[in-house]
Amino acid sequence: MTGLRPDLAAIAAHVAPGSRVLDIGCGDGALMAELEAASGCDARGMELDGALVERCVSRGLSVVQGDANLDLANYPDKAFDYAILSQTLQTATRPDLMLDELLRVGRRAFVSFPNFAHWRTRAALLLGGRMPVTRALPVSWYETENIHHVTVEDFRDLAKMKGAKVERAWFFSNEKHIGAPAANWRAEFAVFELSR
Amino acid sequence: MAIDTGGGLPQVARPMNAAPPVSPVYRLPDPLPLDSGQVLEGCEIAYETYGTLNPDKSNAVLVCHALTGDQYLASPHPITGKPGWWERMVGPQLPIDTGRHFVICANVIGSCMGSSGPASLAPDGQPYAMRFPVITIRDMVRGLVALLDGLGIERLHAVVGGSMGGMQALSLAANWPTRAARVLVIASTARHSAQNIAFHEVGRQAIMADPAWNEGDYYAALSKPDNGLAVARMAAHITYLSEAGLTEKFGRRLQDREAKGFNFDAEFQVESYLRYQGSGFTQRFDANSYLYITRAMDYFDLAEEHGGKLADVFAGTQSRFCLISFDTDWLYPTAESRHIVHALNAAGAKVSFVELSAPHGHDSFLLEHDQLDRVVKGFVE
Repeated sequence: MTGLRPDLAAIAAHVAPGSRVLDIGCGDGALMAELEAASGCDARGMELDGALVERCVSRGLSVVQGDANLDLANYPDKAFDYAILSQTLQTATRPDLMLDELLRVGRRAFVSFPNFAHWRTRAALLLGGRMPVTRALPVSWYETENIHHVTVEDFRDLAKMKGAKVERAWFFSNEKHIGAPAANWRAEFAVFELSR
Repeated sequence: MAIDTGGGLPQVARPMNAAPPVSPVYRLPDPLPLDSGQVLEGCEIAYETYGTLNPDKSNAVLVCHALTGDQYLASPHPITGKPGWWERMVGPQLPIDTGRHFVICANVIGSCMGSSGPASLAPDGQPYAMRFPVITIRDMVRGLVALLDGLGIERLHAVVGGSMGGMQALSLAANWPTRAARVLVIASTARHSAQNIAFHEVGRQAIMADPAWNEGDYYAALSKPDNGLAVARMAAHITYLSEAGLTEKFGRRLQDREAKGFNFDAEFQVESYLRYQGSGFTQRFDANSYLYITRAMDYFDLAEEHGGKLADVFAGTQSRFCLISFDTDWLYPTAESRHIVHALNAAGAKVSFVELSAPHGHDSFLLEHDQLDRVVKGFVE
């Protein structure tokens, strides 16, 4: 797992070997490469940024340049054992619809996102009175791709509303795994495994 | 120069066409059935190879050429003397590495560089001319598959093609799904659009309007329909370039003069360039071949061949696919590649797709492009 971002490492550790996986917003393909090499998975990726797609394809990964808001519609139902959406939900045009799509194309879904209710974020907003720029959310409001900020509890609510079952969840602060208690205060990032 | 490691194929030394018989020619042992219902007897396919076929014949890469391309992929063209059309991509240490792979490029049937086409002699000893049967992209590929059979290559490491070459790669993957492990399609489409057909029709009408065309019967005549063919090439050439590319290259600059001459000479540089392209083309290409191949492209609609749904074309495929488009290509724009990608996704195929940025339109696939090289190398290796 060395070198993988903590949320990706958590996902990599919990994908069943030999699974069919779709990594949405796969970036440079780090997770896909790990899943193929270490778990013998059949990994496919989708990425918006052409330069990143080029890097993926040149390392032998199957990645399509596409917009998850539009292009997930072309995959058949339950085409994958897992649909993975890492650090992308909060950039979606409609996160609720994207969650539907994830649970349609995948039997299970992994979703990771920065938790907007982390105490640093709350403090920055409460005390500073300005949109937080923190370690987990380093980009100013006017240029961030995060157009739908979400908290751990918001996500639990959305999952419930969508009839999705939270199979497991992992929380991270300062690049380290932390326990579930008070995660909505303590977690900078969250990873959920869902099924429906 | 090509190294022929094909070995043992029946080869025909006799020139069938106007082109010098530089390439080895494979004569198909059986008549070639065509989509039209006709058969082509005594079909010949001229090809070049580069690199060495390994003992288990598993390292073969078939590169399919475009409309006016030929088998001179990485070796000089015998008529023009120019370098092979993809020498920057195919060779030792290049993205399609002839140190690892045995690369085959064959002239498609209907063409005029040694494979059977309208300029070839029919059984009656006269050129076929317009008696040559109308062919399709699938017919071309059927010919290529027959060549692979002749070479004893059961499964290609990869089939690669740009433009019409991409159509052949798709057709091979769709109709002979076990014959290629990897399918690389660059700047291509799964069907010819109304606009694509329209441009081709302009070209065909230019040829047919040339009195020298003479209903296609000109092989023994003193003059060929070079004027018509040149105009066809000029019109087509515009579709291969982007507006920005033309502007950058020529702008409104005048050719060899300081001021407008108020006449109809090639006053603008872009006119001079097109005329040069047109007349150069007539030196190496047969007008009837241009008619037949453009018609084959116009007929191309992969979904139609398979019941109308493109995803069904690729159902159950075990091949890996990679599609590449260019953002300034308006002949086969990115949307056409996406259309194929969506169908492959729906079929559960392993597919990669990237739209590359390049200023030169459709022709970008033939030009210097580092990202293209890296994607091709990564996929084909």
